[in-house]
Amino acid sequence: MSDGSTALPRWIDIGLIPILNVMMALVVSGLIIVAIGESPLEAVQIMLNGAFGYEEGIGYTLYYATNFVFTGLAVAVAFHAGLFNIGGEGQAYIGGLGAGLTILALDSLLPPVLVVPLGILAAGLFGAAWASIPAYLQAYRGSHIVITTIMFNFIASALMVYLLVNVLIKPGQMSPESREFEAGAQLPFMHEILGWFGIEVAHSPLNASIIWALLCCVGLWFFIWRTRWGYEIRAVGFNEKAAVYAGIRPAKMVMLAMFVSGALAGFVGVNEVMGVHHRLLLNFTAGYGFTGIAVSLMGRNHPFGIVMASLLFGLLYQGGAELAFEVPTITRELVVVIQGLVILFSGALAYMSTPWVTWVYVRLTRKSSVVLTGAT
Amino acid sequence: MDDPILFLVLTLDATIRVSTPLIFCAMAGLFSERSGIIDISLEGKMLSAAFVAASVASVTGSAWVALISAIGVTTCLSLLHGFACITHKGNQVVSGVAINILASGLTVVLGIAWFHQGGQTPSLPATARFMPIEFPFIETVRSIPLVGMIYKELLSGHSLLVYVAFAIVPMTWWIVYRTRFGLRLRAVGENPTAVDTAGISVAWLRYRAVMTGGLLTGLAGTYLSIAQNASFVRDMSAGQGYIALAAMIFGKWRPFTAFGACLIFGLLDAVAIRLQGVHIPVIGEAPVELIQALPYILTVVLLAGFIGKAIAPKAIGQPYLKER
Repeated sequence: MSDGSTALPRWIDIGLIPILNVMMALVVSGLIIVAIGESPLEAVQIMLNGAFGYEEGIGYTLYYATNFVFTGLAVAVAFHAGLFNIGGEGQAYIGGLGAGLTILALDSLLPPVLVVPLGILAAGLFGAAWASIPAYLQAYRGSHIVITTIMFNFIASALMVYLLVNVLIKPGQMSPESREFEAGAQLPFMHEILGWFGIEVAHSPLNASIIWALLCCVGLWFFIWRTRWGYEIRAVGFNEKAAVYAGIRPAKMVMLAMFVSGALAGFVGVNEVMGVHHRLLLNFTAGYGFTGIAVSLMGRNHPFGIVMASLLFGLLYQGGAELAFEVPTITRELVVVIQGLVILFSGALAYMSTPWVTWVYVRLTRKSSVVLTGAT
Repeated sequence: MDDPILFLVLTLDATIRVSTPLIFCAMAGLFSERSGIIDISLEGKMLSAAFVAASVASVTGSAWVALISAIGVTTCLSLLHGFACITHKGNQVVSGVAINILASGLTVVLGIAWFHQGGQTPSLPATARFMPIEFPFIETVRSIPLVGMIYKELLSGHSLLVYVAFAIVPMTWWIVYRTRFGLRLRAVGENPTAVDTAGISVAWLRYRAVMTGGLLTGLAGTYLSIAQNASFVRDMSAGQGYIALAAMIFGKWRPFTAFGACLIFGLLDAVAIRLQGVHIPVIGEAPVELIQALPYILTVVLLAGFIGKAIAPKAIGQPYLKER
């Protein structure tokens, strides 16, 4: 992908430079905290303590990270096909709708063993269907997927407002929310699961979806790097013309990649609707779809990197909430700023540092080889 | 509602007011995209401008200083966009997303740190805003039926920036189609290699295009916070930057058609606001959400090639690599 990095070893290209980019984003964030008149070191301390210092904090960090794994993977699989899916937010929203509708319809009819998998399946299918329309328009009608996915975010949001305010609202209630799901159709919380084994932990929104998220990571890794479809998706993303000569149909791969991408984004609905809120409500996606872009860029579109980046963003979200609570002049939106900076430095300016690093690397290696030849 | 003509005129009046930021942003996007640089950061730039304009106006008390600062900030943001996409050949969409997210976070963080009002800026006095301009002779003209009403309600009584927006459209057309810069701008969006061969700097042309975009989004944001409203409210741009982007595409990257799309989308918005909670015969409660989603749906339908064909500038989204 990078054009100028002629002689850079792999560990610099996929290790050092991404870390440098994130560091730059964090340094600028620190400068913003200084500009507000607070101490960045103190802020880091409060954030770390808030995110990892006590059980409930860890639970929240992992709960946020679960969402970011789903949306990060969603952006990544589209990236592998050379597509930019900005519609994660809308797909997650509609995915939640799918899970919600299924459970509202079935939770008093079927046993939990059936309802929960059906809910998860519906979340994925609804998200995938929502992503398939822009995918179809890109593949067969030539409209730009970036623009159509943006439009579909807004259409999803309008649709959800309409459905919740007019159709799904629980009668006799003011706030636009559906009725609560039956207890059996709710995913168990982590503190409940651990409780079955006699382990007592503090209550947090962390629930069984994190296991599903990790399974998705492994599954996606296998899909992208170990299956024929994954290979074809990467071939189209890498060089569409060459892929055509290899007998691959790009339009089909665009559809496939976006289908998988939408399904993964839709699983945010599993975590939020089935795992935490246990009802349909407005705005449960809360920008997680957009965070997925930062997560994917930071994790270099690889499941392992995405898990790492999700943990970092989980830390930032939970630590940021703590920070906003402790320091009145700082708000939670600081996390949004950091997110923007990460996208800027790890995404748009990803290759800014490459010439510098190459320069330093060449200088260092040459010097050491000079020293070596001088010694002999 | 009793006088249908007055209702119509007032709806059109509201249309003009809500279309103004769309017009500025659509023209901004047009300059940028015609040069080959995708600009989805219209939203973020407009939001930043709105915040800066309201903040500066509340500190200095001068609408003009506020306007200039807002333009300064959006120009810097578009330079950042240019630095990432033109100089470093980064992904234009990623850079735009970064600016949007950065703006939505930073305006709240700084707003709370500076003004301690939950992300809002202090309410501005009339002297620090662009106030409506009343046309002369209203009293004499108003007695004439229809013409008087149109003159008083529709044409008069907007802020200076509204008239600027409507003047910007023919100016954009003139610059894009009738000047040397415009010819080169269009050329660089279609075939940058040809422009480069003619000895013209592709990068400098594109930088000028995105900076023009910055200037126009600065006007849009200033209008939002210190002309249409009297303070900055968090997320006050509320997706209008994206609607403007849609309008520009709906207008097929041409000034007057984009302007028309802005007016249509503005009208939809104005109608949706007026129909909130109104019962229409046959349909029942007005489907406000549907009307608000219509700009997006229409744009998707257009992009799908079902109403004519929207063809983007050929070199859009591709960084220019000089072959060595």
